[in-house]
Amino acid sequence: MITEELRMIDIQLKDTPLIPQECIDYTTSDSAGGSTIFIGTVRNKTKEKPVIRLEFEAYAPMAIAELRKIAEQAKAKWSAEKISIHHRTGVLQIGEIAVVIAVATPHRKAAFEACQYCIDTLKETVPIWKKEIFEDGEIWVAAHP
Amino acid sequence: MKIEILAFGIAKDIVKGRSLSLDLPSGTNVGGLKAELCGRFPNFEKLKSMAIAVNEEYQTDDFSLSEKDEVVIIPPVSGG
Repeated sequence: MITEELRMIDIQLKDTPLIPQECIDYTTSDSAGGSTIFIGTVRNKTKEKPVIRLEFEAYAPMAIAELRKIAEQAKAKWSAEKISIHHRTGVLQIGEIAVVIAVATPHRKAAFEACQYCIDTLKETVPIWKKEIFEDGEIWVAAHP
Repeated sequence: MKIEILAFGIAKDIVKGRSLSLDLPSGTNVGGLKAELCGRFPNFEKLKSMAIAVNEEYQTDDFSLSEKDEVVIIPPVSGG
């Protein structure tokens, strides 16, 4: 049964550009009537201050384990059929994709809710850190109150 | 007991390295480790939060550490 569970969840941390279609292809299912996809990209400014690039660092084994936990919780709560979460590490330029989350569920409402749960929880619990680099310095995002 | 600790994100900047080694009384728990870290590196006090992961799981302050544990400082996360 564990292998069956694993087959419905696809978690990847990658240091190369993310391809949303891979997440969509993974989650496609004949019995899922709705799919949602969230794509998080690098914004060109933070509080009106121009951002030059981002750097993501991950504690990889735990990040993968925590992402899997989130996907398992979403799968259980919203009866999701398949979930795919890909997250970048390394240096990202403006407009590049930092995260892709795809969720397929039997009905549409659950797909939206499950996808939102995944991105919101990811931001709270997954050990990945984002550094914003500005022209005049750099900052670890959300580190200080 | 000697504990090897890994640091990521801003924690790496605060301890000035990817890892550090601390000699702690045996039976020290996560809360004791946090206090020791804050004593040595006051900048940890300024963070919004600091969690400790042991063997790839978040642990609460009352969790006792052992020498072979993989201990990681988790400053506020900011993925996504």
